[in-house]
Amino acid sequence: MLNLTPKEITERSALRINPAKTCQPVGAMYAALGVHRCMPHSHGSQGCCSYHRTYLTRHFKDPAIASSSSFTEGASVFGGGSNLKTAVKNIFDIYKPDIIAVHTTCLSETIGDDVGAFIQDMDIEDGKYVVHCHTPSYVGSHITGYGNMIAGFIKYLSKSTGKSNGRLNVIPGFVNPGDMRELKRILELMNINFIMLPDTSGVLDAPMLGSYVMYPPGGTTIENIEAMGDSPLTLALGELTCETPANELKRKCGVDYKCLPLPMGVEATDQFLMELSSFSGREIPYALEEERGQLMDILLDAYPYFHGRKVAIYGDPDTVLGITSLVLEMGMIPKYVITGTPGEAFTEKAEEMFARYEVTDCKAKASADLFELHQWIKNERVDLLIGGSHGKQIAKAEDIPIVRAGFPILDRYVHSYMPLVGYRGAIRLVELILNALMDRQDRDCADEDLEMVM
Amino acid sequence: MSKVDRIIDHYSARVYKNRKLHIIEKTDDNHEIAANTRTIPGIMTNRGCCYAGCKGVVIGPIKDVAVITHGPIGCGFYSWGTRRNKARGDENTKNFVEYCLSTDMQEPDIVFGGEKKLRQAIKEVVEIFNPDAIMICSTCPVGLIGDDIHAVAAEAEKLYGRKVIAFSCEGYKGVSQSGGHHIANNGLIRHIIGTEERAPTKYSINMLGEYNIGGDAWEIERILKRIGYDLVANIPGDASIHDIAKAHIAHLNLVQCHRSINYVADMLKDKFGTSWLKVNFIGVSATIKSLRDMARFFDDPELYARTEQVIAEELAAIQEDMEYYKSKLKGKTAALFVGGSRSHHYQKLLKDFGMETIMAGYEFAHRDDYEGREVLPFIKEDADSKNIESIKVEKDERYRLYLTEEQYERLRKEIPLDYYAGMIREMEKGTIIVDDLNHYETEEMLKVLKPDIFFSGIKDKYIAQKAGTLSRQLHSYDYSGPYAGFNGAINFGRDVTMGITTPAWGLVKAPWKTQPILKGQLQEVV
Repeated sequence: MLNLTPKEITERSALRINPAKTCQPVGAMYAALGVHRCMPHSHGSQGCCSYHRTYLTRHFKDPAIASSSSFTEGASVFGGGSNLKTAVKNIFDIYKPDIIAVHTTCLSETIGDDVGAFIQDMDIEDGKYVVHCHTPSYVGSHITGYGNMIAGFIKYLSKSTGKSNGRLNVIPGFVNPGDMRELKRILELMNINFIMLPDTSGVLDAPMLGSYVMYPPGGTTIENIEAMGDSPLTLALGELTCETPANELKRKCGVDYKCLPLPMGVEATDQFLMELSSFSGREIPYALEEERGQLMDILLDAYPYFHGRKVAIYGDPDTVLGITSLVLEMGMIPKYVITGTPGEAFTEKAEEMFARYEVTDCKAKASADLFELHQWIKNERVDLLIGGSHGKQIAKAEDIPIVRAGFPILDRYVHSYMPLVGYRGAIRLVELILNALMDRQDRDCADEDLEMVM
Repeated sequence: MSKVDRIIDHYSARVYKNRKLHIIEKTDDNHEIAANTRTIPGIMTNRGCCYAGCKGVVIGPIKDVAVITHGPIGCGFYSWGTRRNKARGDENTKNFVEYCLSTDMQEPDIVFGGEKKLRQAIKEVVEIFNPDAIMICSTCPVGLIGDDIHAVAAEAEKLYGRKVIAFSCEGYKGVSQSGGHHIANNGLIRHIIGTEERAPTKYSINMLGEYNIGGDAWEIERILKRIGYDLVANIPGDASIHDIAKAHIAHLNLVQCHRSINYVADMLKDKFGTSWLKVNFIGVSATIKSLRDMARFFDDPELYARTEQVIAEELAAIQEDMEYYKSKLKGKTAALFVGGSRSHHYQKLLKDFGMETIMAGYEFAHRDDYEGREVLPFIKEDADSKNIESIKVEKDERYRLYLTEEQYERLRKEIPLDYYAGMIREMEKGTIIVDDLNHYETEEMLKVLKPDIFFSGIKDKYIAQKAGTLSRQLHSYDYSGPYAGFNGAINFGRDVTMGITTPAWGLVKAPWKTQPILKGQLQEVV
């Protein structure tokens, strides 16, 4: 496995090997699936749409619908305006969504299609909507695309009537439906009237009830996206993912926003709850304190099995930072922390955490890739890998246990239903980490050292 | 209303008019079907793009070549490790199938051109991996900004003293993956096949269009080796570029996937005189027929005898399992929608288990895959197909014919030599054939035809399953396999049986949906 990866690290300026990111449009497609009765639409050649649907379906094990402008060479030369017009007509006609969310591709961006102008020229039935955002694949990553699509919805739909509705806007980072469900549960426990955009719970973790529905009950409604303009505050969960849309709402409707880290681990969840408490003026209920206490109980019971263990974490910036924060709280050492998504803020934030917990010799890098991470590991090993499916090659090559967390997870089931956020999410991640490490200890130890009680 | 009309009835007039030409109910053997034409924008097609066909399908599986995707990161990322084209490296053969190499183009590369970055990426590939050969596959923006990847490749070839081959397979070319297959085929003929030599043996053959999904090629190779064939190259599954380079020495080419590799088969015939035989190693009876047709080509008593002996032994080994799975699957109906060959091939395997195909369709096939190669002269070229280069090759000095003209003419009447009869002829009357089946039609088809199993891909798998129909992927075999040959048939039978019999199907409906639980109570009112 990965036998061609040399231990010796050479400087690369052009070649990306085994990336830890993908392109903007798939993030945009994911965000659009979190809007109720929305058809995500890829303005480009068919392959993009096909790849993105495939990838999302493989991660969620649920249908990911989307349509394409199906560019041919002709459209690439003469522009995709007529393709988009035909597409929108056919989509409303055949698939009957309430809203079409168009995102661009490197193809339509490179030829300079003015999608906004195309949409303005369309005859759109009352009560139906077409929105768009720009997602050139050669800028940022799928994380950028996710934020841009949310901003696109806000730009087209959110309105300020000048009268506050008292509701809290929540923009979750690029997380699973299971996380969105957990965030909503917490918000409900806090008795907060909120609007969450996007919300893929009930869409990409839809139940098997014996019939297929194209638009399951989940997803943020258009009405609610409109109403976001009247909220007094937006919480953007995931500082490196959600600032673009929060800022768009501020710009358009004057709604203030706060960027918080993804609520993963103890402190980040504490911070989230305290923000909720300060917003609502209500105390944090015992139910949540109980969950926090359970998490603390577990950390204090099980520390001998993870304390001081070295871990490499890779994936999307806010998720990786969230996991890093939890493992530091656990007393583990986040030896390598990487994301494929560009942006030095990631590195700075990771380094701040290293400093706060006084761990030394840890490395953080944005715009990194799994090839480089593997080379680091070849030079100095870790005890555990945490990230998406693509790390399994390194895990196998180096015989290191792996915990799957983040995106994409193509080779396991159930993950999309379960949370990583909140205290409960932390409890789950701690269990996954413990099981990986303790299973390894059981597997590797001598017979006489196999402990019945641990 | 006919079954076809019930499937497409709700379309608007324009869409109906278009789609009507792509869907037929079989009444006789002479149907014409529209294929390889543009998908209507907005229609949720399963089709991919030219890059997917070139890099993802044909080029990607060649194991000891460093394939660089020149473009933004997505295309390379999505085609990394997702197709299940298995490959094994060894001390002499580097295995790049585990790697994703990309130039990860950024905005300045789009604005100022990406050639400089590509040149540097090639340099880095050489320094880090020192591969025997390098290939470059371009993505949409590369063609639009005019990067001359062929010039960069030619320059790098000189500079580094190894093959560097460029493929202009931008996603917008053609109407589906199919254009990419053609572009890749052209590259194999132009730059690779015939560039290395070895002496042929008595039964030297190539296998073309076998991708080793789930290890299919290894199962086929096992059988062929048992009989005594000398497999020069399996193209491209688990192939070394050095094997492909010698492919011209074979006496016969076997064509498994007609759609994706027929250009290479044809060009090898024109250039080197090698005939090709349409085979199908999916299904027990189909495998046996293919083996017998091959023996017929070589017409050697020893080979006939060995072929029959191996068939008998293989059959004996799987008989009990075959009977068992047949008892579970007999009478089940299936709908198939896969790329450009499997929808045909798998009908044979289903038949081995007593299953019936009631609908079959191709995602990106051409008319000849449906109707047979005799329609080739009558297929009208449109603007989209004209954009894919079709190359004419000259006779090579190594051109030679294995059969005399007389033998050739006689054999053509007995076995599918340089010929494919297409899928429609082998289907039963009353079955439905669909080209480029889309999401809407899938939903309607499931309601109208009610197949027991829908064999398709990942994008529609869960749509069918949510609607209560078992769906298994025939692109990826749901991460199982091999399904080819004798042992593969058993794997397939096991997997489908498992899908049908898994207990959860019987638990989907909650009991309170069918049984009353609330009990009324009579109370005396005082």
